[in-house]
Amino acid sequence: MFLINCPYCGERDQQEFKAGGEAHIERPKQPTELSDDEWAEYLFMRKNIKGIQFERWNHAHGCRKWFNMVRDTSNDEIKAIYKMGEKPPSQ
Amino acid sequence: MKNKYSVFSLIKNALSYHENWQRAWKDPAPKKEYDAVIVGGGGHGLATAYYLAKKHNMNNIAVVEKGWIGGGNTGRNTTIIRSNYLWDASAGLYDHALKIWEGLSQELNYNVMFSQRGVMNLAHNLQDVRDLKRRTHANRLNGIDAVYLSTEEVKKFCPIINTSPDIRYPVLGGTLQRRAGTARHDAVAWGYARGADAMGVDIIQNCEVKGIKRNGDSLEGIETTKGFIKTKKVGVVAAGHSSVIANMAGLRLPLESKPLQALVSEPVKPIIDTVVMSNAVHAYVSQSDKGELVIGAGTDDYVSYTQKGSHQIVEGTLNAILELYPIFSRMRMLRQWGGIVDICPDASPILSKTSIKGLYFNCGWGTGGFKATPGSGDLFAHTIANDEPHKLNAAFNLNRFVSGDLVDEHGAAAVAH
Repeated sequence: MFLINCPYCGERDQQEFKAGGEAHIERPKQPTELSDDEWAEYLFMRKNIKGIQFERWNHAHGCRKWFNMVRDTSNDEIKAIYKMGEKPPSQ
Repeated sequence: MKNKYSVFSLIKNALSYHENWQRAWKDPAPKKEYDAVIVGGGGHGLATAYYLAKKHNMNNIAVVEKGWIGGGNTGRNTTIIRSNYLWDASAGLYDHALKIWEGLSQELNYNVMFSQRGVMNLAHNLQDVRDLKRRTHANRLNGIDAVYLSTEEVKKFCPIINTSPDIRYPVLGGTLQRRAGTARHDAVAWGYARGADAMGVDIIQNCEVKGIKRNGDSLEGIETTKGFIKTKKVGVVAAGHSSVIANMAGLRLPLESKPLQALVSEPVKPIIDTVVMSNAVHAYVSQSDKGELVIGAGTDDYVSYTQKGSHQIVEGTLNAILELYPIFSRMRMLRQWGGIVDICPDASPILSKTSIKGLYFNCGWGTGGFKATPGSGDLFAHTIANDEPHKLNAAFNLNRFVSGDLVDEHGAAAVAH
């Protein structure tokens, strides 16, 4: 369990948040032209990194806004939080 | 040659104060080259090595394990064994395993303490009732024993359950698979290790894989903390760390690794002689032979490799346990832990070849891999030895995420994932 610093509400208990999976997976611009392999890549394949991972979170029991987080999945340490649409911090 | 375990060997060793038992498996240094290497010395990996040696005559093989054997999810699960899955492909896979469980102690000459005490799944709302009845019919069409129980029958089978209609999630009925039950998790790993070792398999502990060496689309070997091992076939059975190994080979997998928690209570006298699972309120409970209540909680919703997990997950499970079993209200919990489970989008496993020749993956068992240990090893050994899947694991290929032919057990498998 950890504290998450919502960019809109400030620091809150993790229980208020919902994890939304890997961030920066771009929705295909031309879905009708996608091959089955490309669909599989977009829909199912994940980096699932042990280490620094970029992911989306939602303040589900708070402001209900989405934002991005950089977290080390090997120790659950949060490295950075930034709003949707902002560029991810360089490492 | 291994000494056979028997009542006579027990008496003989008792006379020498149990100080002269033979080692159950050796502790070899890795050879330069093997015909195949299994990455991961848990139950599934050791079973794979055992069946490769036993059924496919591949004896020049090794199992490499980064820690000690059976120290990962094999030693962290709640030991439930059942095969009451909804879809035909899953029913075939898990019932294959259950049939091997039934004769496993004799086959391995190692008591895995398989106990067919039955597994009961509870229904708490009308949709649960419909789903469980449907699953019971599907099970019976696949030749898997299953019965649907009314609330009264649930109470009769497990009298300590609170079946009052006044509780928040009342018990409306349940299903029972009598052939299901539990086994001793450590013994499964140790029994397979001993059996594989006796047939010449090298079990190499404290040996972490650091890289996979490829030449184009074929394999050359693996880099480990104990040096380079040359091999043309690698079977990866690394559970929560499957993606880490896949990344070394430049492969992508549809997995997310999450912490799944379990806990045990202080030991008490026998009070619950079956396994009761309730997916709607997420409370699984059975009692170990030592007398501890073994309680399974849920997964967290974020990727993590920490083998911990969030406190509120355990709290939610214990709330449900207390409502269903008021008699446990003064029990004290002894230990709590987490294991990292690799979950597929369809909550079904992957036992498959990959785009790299000679590289095979056995992963994605998610929250329920223990029950499949013998079947998984048997079918994965077949896949590695023949470079083709067995008909029972053909549906569990990696390509199903491209073709869309998923085995969707999310919510269908009698369990909330």
